[in-house]
Amino acid sequence: MSKRLACLIVLCFALLYSGCAGTPEDPNTLTVWHWMTDRHDVLVQLAEQYKAQTGITVDFQLFAPSDIYSQKVIAAAQAHILPDIFGILDKKSVFADFIKGGFVANLKPYFEENGREWENSFFEKALEGNRFSANNAYGVAEGIYAAPLDVMNIQMVYNKKLLEKAGVVSPPKTFDEFLRAAEALNKIGITPFVSGWAELWLLDCFASNYAFNIMGIDKIMATYRGEVLYTDPDWVKVFEIFSVMAQKNILASGIVTKSNKFAEQDFALERAAFAFNGSWCVNVYHGMNPDLDYGVMLPPKISDGHPLMIWGGAGGSLVVNETSPRKEKAVAFLKWLTAQDQQAVLSEATRNLPSNRNALADLPKELADFGQAMDVVTHQTVWPIEEDAVVKEKFTKGLQSIIIGERTPQEVAREVQEIKKRQMERAIRRAQ
Amino acid sequence: MGMNPYKIRRLTKLVLIQALLITVTITCLFPLFWMVRSSLMTQDAVFVDQSIIPSRLHFGNYVRAWTQGQFGRYFLNSVVYTTIVVFGIVVISSWAAYAFSRLKFPGRKLFFVLFILAVMIPLPGSFVPLTVLMTKIGFINSPYSWVRQLGYILCMINVGLPLSVFLLKTFFDQMPSDLEDAARIDGCNKMGIWRHVALPLARPAIAVIVIFNALNVWNEYLLARLLLNDVAGKPTIMPLQRGVMVFADTHNVEYPLLMASLTIAAVPIILVYLFVQKHILAVGEPSKIDLLKEGRLSR
Amino acid sequence: MPKINLKHRSWYEVKDRLSSFLFILPAATIFAVFYVYPFFETFNLSLRDWNGIGPAKLFVGFRNFSDILSLMASQQPADLTWWQSVIYWLKSLAAGTLSLNYDEVWWRSVWHASYITLVALTFQNALAFMLAMACDREIRGKHFYRAVFFIPPVLSEVVVGLIWKWILEGGVQNGQHYGLLNHCLDAIGLHHLVNDWLSDPKTALTCIAVVHSWKGFGWGFLMFLAGLQTIDRELYEAAKVDGAGAWRTFWNITVPMMLPVIIVVVILTILGSMQAFVLILSMTDGGPGYHTEVPVTRILAAMMRTKEFGYACAMGVTFGAILIALSAALKKMENRIKRI
Repeated sequence: MSKRLACLIVLCFALLYSGCAGTPEDPNTLTVWHWMTDRHDVLVQLAEQYKAQTGITVDFQLFAPSDIYSQKVIAAAQAHILPDIFGILDKKSVFADFIKGGFVANLKPYFEENGREWENSFFEKALEGNRFSANNAYGVAEGIYAAPLDVMNIQMVYNKKLLEKAGVVSPPKTFDEFLRAAEALNKIGITPFVSGWAELWLLDCFASNYAFNIMGIDKIMATYRGEVLYTDPDWVKVFEIFSVMAQKNILASGIVTKSNKFAEQDFALERAAFAFNGSWCVNVYHGMNPDLDYGVMLPPKISDGHPLMIWGGAGGSLVVNETSPRKEKAVAFLKWLTAQDQQAVLSEATRNLPSNRNALADLPKELADFGQAMDVVTHQTVWPIEEDAVVKEKFTKGLQSIIIGERTPQEVAREVQEIKKRQMERAIRRAQ
Repeated sequence: MGMNPYKIRRLTKLVLIQALLITVTITCLFPLFWMVRSSLMTQDAVFVDQSIIPSRLHFGNYVRAWTQGQFGRYFLNSVVYTTIVVFGIVVISSWAAYAFSRLKFPGRKLFFVLFILAVMIPLPGSFVPLTVLMTKIGFINSPYSWVRQLGYILCMINVGLPLSVFLLKTFFDQMPSDLEDAARIDGCNKMGIWRHVALPLARPAIAVIVIFNALNVWNEYLLARLLLNDVAGKPTIMPLQRGVMVFADTHNVEYPLLMASLTIAAVPIILVYLFVQKHILAVGEPSKIDLLKEGRLSR
Repeated sequence: MPKINLKHRSWYEVKDRLSSFLFILPAATIFAVFYVYPFFETFNLSLRDWNGIGPAKLFVGFRNFSDILSLMASQQPADLTWWQSVIYWLKSLAAGTLSLNYDEVWWRSVWHASYITLVALTFQNALAFMLAMACDREIRGKHFYRAVFFIPPVLSEVVVGLIWKWILEGGVQNGQHYGLLNHCLDAIGLHHLVNDWLSDPKTALTCIAVVHSWKGFGWGFLMFLAGLQTIDRELYEAAKVDGAGAWRTFWNITVPMMLPVIIVVVILTILGSMQAFVLILSMTDGGPGYHTEVPVTRILAAMMRTKEFGYACAMGVTFGAILIALSAALKKMENRIKRI
């Protein structure tokens, strides 16, 4: 009996608390939620430094892995319990929804203070993805809504030793050269290419690079608007790249169920000669195999019609909570965190490309090579519109089924177009 | 002089049974063995060394994992969560199951059906409503860490309740009622019967519930991430799995360290099982019930 | 005198019922707070078009559900009220143009979960029962086996996924298969069986079902063993005296005595297998293509990947309804079996 009573009392107590509970209102403590495990330690270290300088405590809270972090942020937004500073890991339309929901502060005025001092310290491409231009398709007020901690891009890497073994003298520049190199590798029993294509975004990224190369951005955007069909010969050409790579036995076995972590392990252990991966891999490969001798290259282009564009831009970006009473302090901290000295510390500790252009000091050679391609990067966050996510899923899953040989490129093109049509009809219905 | 055919048949049967048992044992032990083996190697050796038992054992990985992952505090938290939640579930679910099985009150069938239906709704669908609810009650953002912990504990109790009630009710339904009658004649009230007759009798079922829920809480990380927030300057209130996940994400390239941390996380629950399993399979030993039957134990 | 007695009794009864009610009060309170609200909210959201973040939650009625499964007349105008569409349907039914509109991927995912459940029900539970029978007799090392068989359930899904991925991996380096299974197959000369186990659409789902069963059989083992030990040994002795063979003893004594335990294990297996998803996320993430998607991964994908929150909730409600129907059917079956 007494136990039951105690239980009830505890419950009542907890319910009573609901009246007086709120956020811990310490004006000198900033809370940051993030997902960047590789950067957590150095961020905490920098926060200590900041406290010594300003007396403001910055509490970095890590929620990993990133998909769980996303769930947390979305749920927290609904409950209005977002911290002072956080990051949004989703595509641009979701970012826009956060802004429209009033959760994210517009940092534009701060970027433009003192003759755009803060803005000019960044790589242009680093800010691009966080910028909403005037009259954007998302219906968000013009502005810059996040500060990037670092930049990244996604390219191909090649194992120098394995290529040499196969008699390939220089990394392939065109897709035909790539196919020849792969053939030579296959001949001596080396898997030519690996990537984490269980992760749909990485598969999408590779396809997108070639879509740019084959048809250019205008036609891609026209497809997204529904004016060009996925059954267009140019799109079929994009799909065919995957069937060719599968048929010629270029792809590592099990590539469609390989997460990028496993793919990185394969490349680091010299199980494959080429990999498609982002600039963060420099740190990962270094951890797995410090002696790995590899170079960085752009994906070999397949057409001369349009330039091949790779994905890149801000790596991790942080936003300031619009409703936080410590908004000004949060902005001040982000300014400090992205200043040259702190950026140098971050970059050195984590082997990521710094977002501050002045902090490009002593980067490892491979990372510097990645950095050089920052001029040809693009990203869905800078395109005027984005593709419907349901169509994207069908598109990338379709690529997987081409790779495992259960669908032809033409079939997938048809199926994707069907979904596209359905989603367009739905969008119209929604707008009514 | 050979063995007689009966003995041969018996022997082949025994050999076949042992063969099956040993095969399954190997598949069960292999992952654990692999985990421990990798955790005792150096980073250079782990991808290269093909030998079954590495020539040199490096126990330093465990020390490094424990200190670098700051597992001490996480460990303590998980022990606290697991103990309280399991205790809560055992008490609350056995009350409820006993009532559903033995006592009469209006709406008893309806309540039970509702309870069981709750198991059917997949958890991920309710993430957002749950967070909103917990915030409204004041669990998530309370400045007091014990309130935030309480929210998580109640939530975990809630997750474990329906299945535990179901299991226990099934068990109580088969329990002979003459013992209760005897106890009632002895002057026991309902609470007394629950405490002195139903609970001891249900020991195997309760042991199953203990393991089932201990495992659930110990390996849980989704709700913890959703519902728990740390506050600057105070020790973390996150459970061990969170520590392991973060550690695994940070050191995903350092296999030995990763495996050491996973082993650390797995060992306590294996110990709990070893401790509890004998209660599940304790039939045959003289239990309190037998003593009660013989009248050697008053109530 | 009788009158007073009656009065006394009714008061006693009220008190009795009230105190009985106290037993379920804690459970009912927790249940009411943590289940009822989220459930109604989920149902509410399933009637809306919502991306999970924005303030706009457009009410769309049962449209999310009709996207999952509905009868669709070809070229049905979108703006019909419900009674107009009923008339329209009847007309098209007569004309033979009524067709089924459904989310193919979703229903395939339901089939995948059912497949995993079927494998778990047969393979996993048969294995568990056999092992429990073996450990129930006087056999060398039974205490050791008891401890060992519970290791797979204890390990977290993440660990299990990691290890089995490594076992089932395809790929060759320096002429050696580096996946353990392929390595073994190669070593014993079964080269033609070497496969990309998780990426081959023919084997991926079965691999997952087998790993799931491997992870789960310890539970069944434990409960079967506990059940077997409650069977009175004298019954077996009596059967022996009667001259019953092992097979007959099994069907006439073991199975009937074990029926309640078997039913509980079957229900637990179904619930656990239909909703399994962590293992799948860590092994294949639903791929290749849609070959290992299950309802819960589809719900998560709709919530996190494609941001169709309302649709995700509708899938959750539908799946819950399927499970409820399944358990109701089971209950019916249970009663029938018991009568036999």
